[in-house]
Amino acid sequence: MSEARQPLLRVEDLRVHFPIRGGWRGGRVATVKAVDGITLEVGAGETVALVGESGCGKSTAGNAILGLVKATSGRIFFDGTDILAQKPDRQQALRRDMQVIFQDPVSALNPKLTVGRCIAEPLTIAGYDRKEKERRVDELLELVGLLPVHKNRYPNEMSGGQRQRVVIARALALSPKLIVCDEPVSALDVSIRSQIINLLMRLQEELGLSYLFIAHDLSVVRHIADRVIVIYLGTIAEEGPTDAVFEHPTHPYTEALLAAIPLPDPRSQRVKPPFALEGDPPSPANPPKGCPFLTRCPIHMEDCATIRPVLADTGWNTKAACLVRFKAAYG
Amino acid sequence: MRDVNNGDRPILAIDKLSTAIGGNAVVDGVSLTVGAGEVVALVGESGCGKSLTALSVMGLLPAAARVSAGRILLLGEDLLGYSEKEMLAVRGKSVSMVFQEPVASLDPLMRVGEQVAESLIVHGEASKSGARERAVEMLSRVGIPDARTRARQYPAELSGGMCQRVMIACALIARPKLLIADEPTTALDVTIQAQILTLMKTLRQEIDTAILLITHDMGVVADIADRVCVMYAGRIVETGCVDAIFERPSHPYTRLLLSTIPKLNGVRKTRLRSIEGSVPDISDWPEGCRFRSRCPLAQDDCGQVPPDFPVDGDANHTAACWHMDRLGEMA
Repeated sequence: MSEARQPLLRVEDLRVHFPIRGGWRGGRVATVKAVDGITLEVGAGETVALVGESGCGKSTAGNAILGLVKATSGRIFFDGTDILAQKPDRQQALRRDMQVIFQDPVSALNPKLTVGRCIAEPLTIAGYDRKEKERRVDELLELVGLLPVHKNRYPNEMSGGQRQRVVIARALALSPKLIVCDEPVSALDVSIRSQIINLLMRLQEELGLSYLFIAHDLSVVRHIADRVIVIYLGTIAEEGPTDAVFEHPTHPYTEALLAAIPLPDPRSQRVKPPFALEGDPPSPANPPKGCPFLTRCPIHMEDCATIRPVLADTGWNTKAACLVRFKAAYG
Repeated sequence: MRDVNNGDRPILAIDKLSTAIGGNAVVDGVSLTVGAGEVVALVGESGCGKSLTALSVMGLLPAAARVSAGRILLLGEDLLGYSEKEMLAVRGKSVSMVFQEPVASLDPLMRVGEQVAESLIVHGEASKSGARERAVEMLSRVGIPDARTRARQYPAELSGGMCQRVMIACALIARPKLLIADEPTTALDVTIQAQILTLMKTLRQEIDTAILLITHDMGVVADIADRVCVMYAGRIVETGCVDAIFERPSHPYTRLLLSTIPKLNGVRKTRLRSIEGSVPDISDWPEGCRFRSRCPLAQDDCGQVPPDFPVDGDANHTAACWHMDRLGEMA
């Protein structure tokens, strides 16, 4: 990407905090910092993956960008416009260009609507007339590899893979520029997964889409993402181009995540060093003071308990937030 | 690698088991054995009948399902002849099961220590206080820190990974000869999955338990299994030791299944291999070979059910395909 062009999406220091209420007056007793200062960019036609364990805030970040949860602070620029600074109706118009694909196609589709009507729903809201709608629905069905006869079926008459195609068709209805894909293949069978991944890659090529790809399956992420952002407890642990992050992981958490993937090859699996990361991530309501990864880090030192690391260049074209690995830089 | 034919009587021998729901044989003539201390993986996609096979062994079939043919020999005894009362004496003592959803499988209103101790008390193996002591011991053995305190907590106070450790403690406390694990790590994060797999590998040796592992994740299979049975649409299509299955997959389905997984060292952004179509519905499984409708090698004679042919003269590696000699055409 040339430097003059602005990214399609730029998120600056996004924070999403949820209050925990309690006590007899229902006051705020604690705060869950689900997303705690995330900055990211997604360029036109680019796939950026957010990876991390469940509860790390990757889905909340996606939802805040989509406006499905309210951001506590931070700025979200889409096509150069600061979305959060706009009036609600203008925000909604801008968000037409960003759509979402959820994990579970069964609960994402209204069981009482035919596939055709599911796909047409965003068109109805956008004020298309009946003829235009019908034409667009046919176009979309073909685009995602479904047949015209599927239009009159109900979601329960279709297989999981077909249903996810319907969800994708609906997301594409208004020709968005960005799609937030929240675990789009995790709920699908292995033999169907690759079909949907191929479809997403083809659509990106044909339509020039950008994807914010939220996933925990690192082998899928490696295959389709241009850049990877590793999230731990609401903050970025490491980020960079996919190849660089996978080949030269710098943050001990990234190393642990990569080591945890079971390889579909018994011989290399047997010689792999044993997995070291212990315990669960701490609660985001009560994160460690210094480095968020402190409680599980195999290489932490004394300062990690008090100093919160910031992202620094690793020399591999990636950035990581780790005191130990950048001892020299912190003095 | 353990020798499969070590002359010992197998712990579990399933012989031509058929289990039907409403007249459809969802499990159709499945035979498999699990030897002493062996880990056998039963692999397949959702709806292929793998979980129903496991539930048949446990005698925990849903009301609509029943075993229509075959034998299930546990330590030489046919479980299908057992009354419910006799099964109660078997479950938890000679064979026990771990389910996919650890949080949903534990009793939310019972302290975890009591749940772990329950099977010892039910089988009359220990007094209440003795069982409680052994439960605490078992909890620390499955890697729960501060087990004595944790034993007094409820499942909701524990993380998903911890709950799965509790489930494993429940299943193994009576030292069963066979553990059936149905997708034990599917609901967990990769980091936690790696912990649970390591735990299962350790305990299997300490307690000398054979494991029948039900999964769809080939990475998990490669990590822990000694032998593999691949299931498709109610039948076992290929079986062999784990190295043979991964190095010389000999049924077109196994071969395609392995090739659809994005490799960590593969070329990024390329089109992934996929299996066209989706798993056929139980009500219209094709005559003869059931993979026929999706198989690139299918010919007219596939209308007849193929028997298990040995692969390369290896009697322990068999695949049910008429056209194994043409596998080269698929590459």
